[in-house]
Amino acid sequence: MKGQNSVSTVTKPRSSVTGSIASVATFVAIACLGALLIAANAVDPMMEAHAWVFFFLTAFALVAIGIWAGGLQGRNPFDETYYEDTIVKFGVAAAMFWGIAGFLVGLIIALQLTWPGLFYFPDLGWTNFGRLRPLHTSAVIFAFGGNVLIATSFYVVQRTSRTRIAGGLWPWFVFWGYNLFIVIAGTGYLMGVTQSREYAEPEWYADLWLTIVWVAYLLVFLGTLWKRKEPHIYVANWFYLSFIVTIAMLHIVNNLAVPVNLSGSKSYSLFAGVQDALTQWWYGHNAVGFFLTTGFLAIMYYFIPKRAQRPVYSYRLSIVHFWSLIFIYIWAGPHHLHYTALPQWAQTLGMTFSIMLWMPSWGGMINGVMTLSGAWDKLRTDPVVRMMVVSLAFYGMSTFEGPLMSVRAVNALSHYTEWGIAHVHSGSLGWVGFISFGALYCLTQWLWKRPALYSKNLVEWHFWLATIGIVFYIVALYFAGIIEGLMWRAYNEYGFLEYSFIETVEAKHINYMIRALGGGMYLLGAIVMAYNLVRTALGHGAAAGVVDPAPARAATLQPAE
Amino acid sequence: MGLFQKHQAIERHSLLLTVGILLVVAVGGIVEIAPLFYLENTIEKVKGMRPYTPLELAGRNIYIREGCYTCHSQMVRPLRDEVERYGHYSLAAESMYDHPFQWGSKRTGPDLARLGGKYSDEWHVDHLRDPRSVVPESVMPPYAFLSDNMVHFDDIGDHLKALRFEGVPYSDEMIENAKADLVAQADPNADYDNQDALIARYEEAAGRKGTVIVGDYDGDPSRVTEMDALVAYLQMTGTLVDFSTYEADDLSNRR
Repeated sequence: MKGQNSVSTVTKPRSSVTGSIASVATFVAIACLGALLIAANAVDPMMEAHAWVFFFLTAFALVAIGIWAGGLQGRNPFDETYYEDTIVKFGVAAAMFWGIAGFLVGLIIALQLTWPGLFYFPDLGWTNFGRLRPLHTSAVIFAFGGNVLIATSFYVVQRTSRTRIAGGLWPWFVFWGYNLFIVIAGTGYLMGVTQSREYAEPEWYADLWLTIVWVAYLLVFLGTLWKRKEPHIYVANWFYLSFIVTIAMLHIVNNLAVPVNLSGSKSYSLFAGVQDALTQWWYGHNAVGFFLTTGFLAIMYYFIPKRAQRPVYSYRLSIVHFWSLIFIYIWAGPHHLHYTALPQWAQTLGMTFSIMLWMPSWGGMINGVMTLSGAWDKLRTDPVVRMMVVSLAFYGMSTFEGPLMSVRAVNALSHYTEWGIAHVHSGSLGWVGFISFGALYCLTQWLWKRPALYSKNLVEWHFWLATIGIVFYIVALYFAGIIEGLMWRAYNEYGFLEYSFIETVEAKHINYMIRALGGGMYLLGAIVMAYNLVRTALGHGAAAGVVDPAPARAATLQPAE
Repeated sequence: MGLFQKHQAIERHSLLLTVGILLVVAVGGIVEIAPLFYLENTIEKVKGMRPYTPLELAGRNIYIREGCYTCHSQMVRPLRDEVERYGHYSLAAESMYDHPFQWGSKRTGPDLARLGGKYSDEWHVDHLRDPRSVVPESVMPPYAFLSDNMVHFDDIGDHLKALRFEGVPYSDEMIENAKADLVAQADPNADYDNQDALIARYEEAAGRKGTVIVGDYDGDPSRVTEMDALVAYLQMTGTLVDFSTYEADDLSNRR
C-alpha cells in the first residue's frame, strides 16, 4: 500500500482508465435520465425548472466527456507520475467567482436594511431580503468556502501523500457535481424553494444530490490516502478528513425530510419543534465547526508552514488540538437556544462545552501563529503571510467571543441582536476569508508556476481594504447589537418598557450605513485580488516567466513538500 | 511520551483515523439530541394544541418560502421585558406540530410567536403590501404580490398526508376534506355547513373552542390568495394554548 508500489502505479492498466470514465459517464447518464423523468412529471414550476436545469447540464457534461474521451487517442489522462493540478486551478477560479458573487449579494442585503425605500422593488418579490439572505450565506459558505476547501484539499492531499489524486475522472465529478449543487441551491432560493433551516436551506432533492457528491468526495480523498507514498498521514489531512466525515453525518441527519411528492420541490422536516430545533442547531453550529473551522484549519496547517518555510510549531499540540476540538465542538449547538423551550439541561451542556471549546481553539491558533517562529520578518515582507496570520488573530478573537456569548447571562443580551451578525462576520470575513485569500494567492502563484504574484502592492491594498472593512463592519454591529439589546430591556421610571420595537430599529440606521461601507470595502478588496490573480496567472508584471516548466511530478521522491 | 507514540497507529491507518473521527464526533449529538425524543418532560402537557388547518398550513409555507425566519423569531424567552412586550413565554408544546420549527435566530423585526389577534386583518394586509405605509421606520420588504398570487391547493391533501406520516394527528376526515376546508376558511360567504364542519374538526382536535377563525382575510372574498393564507397563519400564531389554565409543572419550566 505505502511506498513499495511506486512502479506498479505508474503503469496503470488501460482498463482502469476507461473504467473511471465509463463509470462517471454512466452515473451522469442515470442522473440525466432521472432529471428528465422528474421534469416530465413535475407538479410545481420550481421543480420543473430545476429538473430541466439538471437535465441540460448533465446532458452537456455527457457530451463533453464523450468529446474529451474521444480526443484522448490512447493517451492516459490520469498519468500516475503527475499531480492533477488542472482541477485545483478550476477550484481556485470557481472560489474567486463565487466569493465575489456572495460578497456582492451581502452588500445588496446590507443596503436593503439601510435604505429599504431604494433597494426593495415591489414588483420583484424574489429580490426581497428573505430570499437573498440565504443566497448570501450559501454563496459565501458553500460556494466560496466549499470551492476553497475542495481545491485546497485536492492540492494538499496529493502533495502530502506524494501521489496523484485517486479515482481518475471522479474528482472532476466531485468538483462539477458540487458546483451543480450550488447552482440548484442558489436558483432555488430566488424561486422560494427552501427548507428554512439556516445553512441547510436547499430542499430534499438538492440534499440527495449533495449526499452523492459528498460520498464521492470522501472516497476520492480516502483513495488518495490509500495510495500515499508517505508512511504518515499529514496533520492537514486529519482536519480535511474530519471535515468531510462530520459534514456527511450532519448533512444527512439534519436534512431528514418527507417530500410531499417525488416530483415536487416541497418537503416537511422529519422532526418537529424542540427536537427539530436542536437537530438544526447541532448542524448549524457544526457547519461553523467542521466546514468553516476544521476545513480551514487544514489550510492553516499546510499553507502557513509552506509559505513561511517553517515547520509546524508543535506536533504534540496538533494532536491534542485535533481530537479535543472535534470532540468538544459537536456539543456546542444548544447555545443557540438559550432561554428557549429547549430543556435547560441541554442548554447547560451546550454552554459548558462552548466554554471548554475556547482552549482547543486557542491551542490551534497558537500552533499556527508560532509556526512563524524564526520567520517573523515575513509579516513585514510578505503580505500573504500577514494575511494568514491576521486570519488567526481573528480566529482567536471570535473563538474567545463565542464562549463568552454562549454564557446564558450574556446570551440574554446578545441573542437575536446584531451582535450575533458581528460575531459571525469577524469569524467569517476575518478568519475564513483571510486564510482562504492567503491560500488562493499561494495556489495561483504555485499552480501557474510564477516566480511571484503580479503585484505585491495590490496584495497590500487588498489587505488594508479588507482589514479596515472588517473593522468598520464589526464595530458598527457590535454597537448596534448592544444598543438594541439594552433598548429592548430598558424600563422607564414608571416601570413600563421604555422603547417600542421600531425605535430600536431606527436607532441602528447609522450603524447599518457603516456596516454597508465596511462590506463594500471588503468586496472591493476581493475584486482587487481577483484582478491580481488573473494577471498573475497570465504571467504579467512580477509574475513574468515560469519556474520549473515541467508539470509537477508525483512519483519521484523529493524533499517533503 | 507513550500516548503520542500510540497516536502513530492512527496516523498510519486512514480507516482507523476515519472511524476514530466518526466515533468522537457522534458522542455529543447522541447525548444531547436523543433524550429529547423520550424524556417525557421535554414537551409540556397543554390544552389547545391542534394541527394547522389547510389554509394556515399554506400560509405557513409562504412564511417559510419568503424567508420570514431570517428576520423574525417565534420564541418568546422567559425574560421580564420579553414577556411584557410579546406575551407569555413560548412552550415546547406550542411547536410540537411544527415541521420544521420556526424559532428563528435574529430579530431584525419583532418576535411573531404571539402575533395572532394583536392587529386587524386590514392592518396586516396594508402592512404586508407596503410596510412603510403603516410603520414609516420599518426596513421590511414589501409583499404586495401576495395579493395577486392564488394559493395552489390542489395537492394540499398530500401535504397533510406527509405530515401525518411524520406524526401530526390529522384524521382521515381532515385529509379528505382538506381542499374544501381551505376554501371554507378564507370565504365568509362559503356554505355554512362547510364552515361548521371545518371548525368542528379542528376544534375537536384542539379540545377547546375558539381556536379556528373563519373570515375573508385579504378583503377580496371572491378568491383565495396567498395574502389570505399568510394572514390566516399570522392571526393564529400563539393563540392555541389556553394560558388561563396552564401551570408549569416542571421545576425547570417555572421561570
